[in-house]
Amino acid sequence: MRYSRMARTTVVFAAAVLAVSLAGCSDSGGKDSEDKPETGGGGKANTAEMTIAMVTHSGQGDTFWDIVKNGAETASAKDNVKLLYTNDDKADGQAQLVEQAINQKVDGIIVTLAKPDAMKAAVQKAVAAGIPVVSINSGSQFSKEFGALAHFGQEEGVAGEAVGEQLNKDGRKKAVCVIHEQGNVSLEERCAGVAKTFSGEVENLQVEGTDRPGVEAAVEAKLTASKDIDAVVTLNADIASASIKAKEAAGSGAEVATFDLNSDVVARMEKKEVAFAVDQQPYLQGYLAVDELWLYKQNLNIIGGGRPVLTGPAIVTAEQAPDLKKLTDNATR
Amino acid sequence: MSSTTTQPDDTTDERLLHRSLFSRLLGRPELGSVIGAVAVLVFFGLAADSFLRSMDTVLYAASTIGIMAVPVALLMIGGEFDLSAGVLVTASALVSSMFSYQMTANVWVGVAVSLLVTLAIGFFNGYVLIRTGLPSFIVTLGTFLMLQGANVGVTKAIDGTVTTKSIEDMEGFSSARAVFASTLSIGSWDLRVTILWWIVLVALATWILLRTRAGNWIFAVGGGGPAARAVGVPVFRTKIGLYLGVAVGAWISGQHLLFSFGVIQSGEGRGLELHYIAAAVIGGCLLTGGYGSAIGAAIGALIFGMTKQGIVYAQWDADWFWFFLGAMLLLATLLNAWVRKRAEAAK
Repeated sequence: MRYSRMARTTVVFAAAVLAVSLAGCSDSGGKDSEDKPETGGGGKANTAEMTIAMVTHSGQGDTFWDIVKNGAETASAKDNVKLLYTNDDKADGQAQLVEQAINQKVDGIIVTLAKPDAMKAAVQKAVAAGIPVVSINSGSQFSKEFGALAHFGQEEGVAGEAVGEQLNKDGRKKAVCVIHEQGNVSLEERCAGVAKTFSGEVENLQVEGTDRPGVEAAVEAKLTASKDIDAVVTLNADIASASIKAKEAAGSGAEVATFDLNSDVVARMEKKEVAFAVDQQPYLQGYLAVDELWLYKQNLNIIGGGRPVLTGPAIVTAEQAPDLKKLTDNATR
Repeated sequence: MSSTTTQPDDTTDERLLHRSLFSRLLGRPELGSVIGAVAVLVFFGLAADSFLRSMDTVLYAASTIGIMAVPVALLMIGGEFDLSAGVLVTASALVSSMFSYQMTANVWVGVAVSLLVTLAIGFFNGYVLIRTGLPSFIVTLGTFLMLQGANVGVTKAIDGTVTTKSIEDMEGFSSARAVFASTLSIGSWDLRVTILWWIVLVALATWILLRTRAGNWIFAVGGGGPAARAVGVPVFRTKIGLYLGVAVGAWISGQHLLFSFGVIQSGEGRGLELHYIAAAVIGGCLLTGGYGSAIGAAIGALIFGMTKQGIVYAQWDADWFWFFLGAMLLLATLLNAWVRKRAEAAK
């Protein structure tokens, strides 16, 4: 009796899914409006396959790290590299992943140093085991000290300073810097950088990045509480769109500027809803790190000659937006 | 002497005892939280000058928690947890967005498919819970982690990135936005439609709890499963129904998320399940089940929303935000518990 009822429920359910999917199509937008991707690609190196482990401090499903990973994957395909990507947003977890890579006897390790103290021992152990290490993203000042070959990244403070200067150019007087993850050193550094060069006043606002309606309400509250804020600086692209809605709801004339890009931000930049974005070219960080390890193995080359290689900050405005659109859709910018 | 004097009242059945409106009010589970809410309101009304003028934003913040806190409270009264509630909201939004986009369908088709999928996940939670007899904590923890992975994994597999493609230019988007994410301006206030959804859900849940047989069943299964079963309460159906209720809440919240932003970030929603549970508990639900109310949960969400927004309006040091939030919530709940204790002593 129960089973027959279950079976009936399943049939009804399946029929309902089918019915609604046949019910209506959209004449605008959607997959049908996409440009068909061009197939084909470059050649591939004929060097022996090497294995590279990439260990980042990314959380789950982060747009930014997705782009870094795409860069690393593209370079890996080109260089005949087997890429082992792992991530853990907790410091001890990330250090353990590096130790695992050492045990796997990989040919090279790419690591982020956002939590330098936790990573120090693991990185030094890898270097001692004769595995070349390349560091990416933040923490350039620790890279050489820990024994890494090269560093590809952006100095968070420098990027923040670039934002501050751009805000000066735009004639802004008071900015709020939206921190979406508590206790993240690089986010604090970005805001500190903004405060350093910006001639106006900067206030920080703490929000919870995983709750977008919550972010919107908090930014709206901030803009209502201090009416004189004329610039909102967000530290990642996903927070920017929530801030735009908040600004509209609060009836504020503040301009929104953001760190990092995604397709939504580029589209909004074209509509002038985002004044400018600071891109640190995450694709390059992944791509160059793999390339460096390959070059080092083949030819003992060191990109940057022992100094950190900066991939940003690059200021992006409405002018570049149309060209960037397709690239952000493919998660390479 | 005449013997017309009546007997003293002590022979009267205590169940028929007349109780004043005041003492009946004191016995309600939501009373303590109402007082807590008034205290928070007065506090921030004095501490932040723009707080009272901005009640529309405060209500919006409260409603996004409240839409989920109401079904979660019902589930908790029924004696179960749902840790997957936070990411279920994101999952629901992702299904809707990706289905519409990939099929180039009218967005309402995606909305309907999303409802079916979300209900199926809710059903899965309830079914596994009943069939295995495992605690709901572990069952829904499993669903939570699986969904968290699937949200990112499926989005990446289908869309190529971890954020969905914008469906803002697709057919049906504007009407769906009107239903799930519109704003109504009354005077200087911009009221979001989520507030309406929230009120409707509270009314519906209160009616179910207090006026229907299903409501009695919910209290009964929360009070004790075996005993409820022994007196003929359909425990299986009741618990499945409660999980389906959470799924409906997640569906509404998910569609709101989708139609207010047009794109969905697949990593969102983590940690929000605790906000929903917190709102229900602040509002007088017991963690052990069998006691609580939907109105209480709504007021719990209101306290949570007011505190979260109030701290920003009051312009307190941002570094201490979470400390203030925790302290205010603890104080509001302590006041709630104190009032309830006094009320019970006064009975």
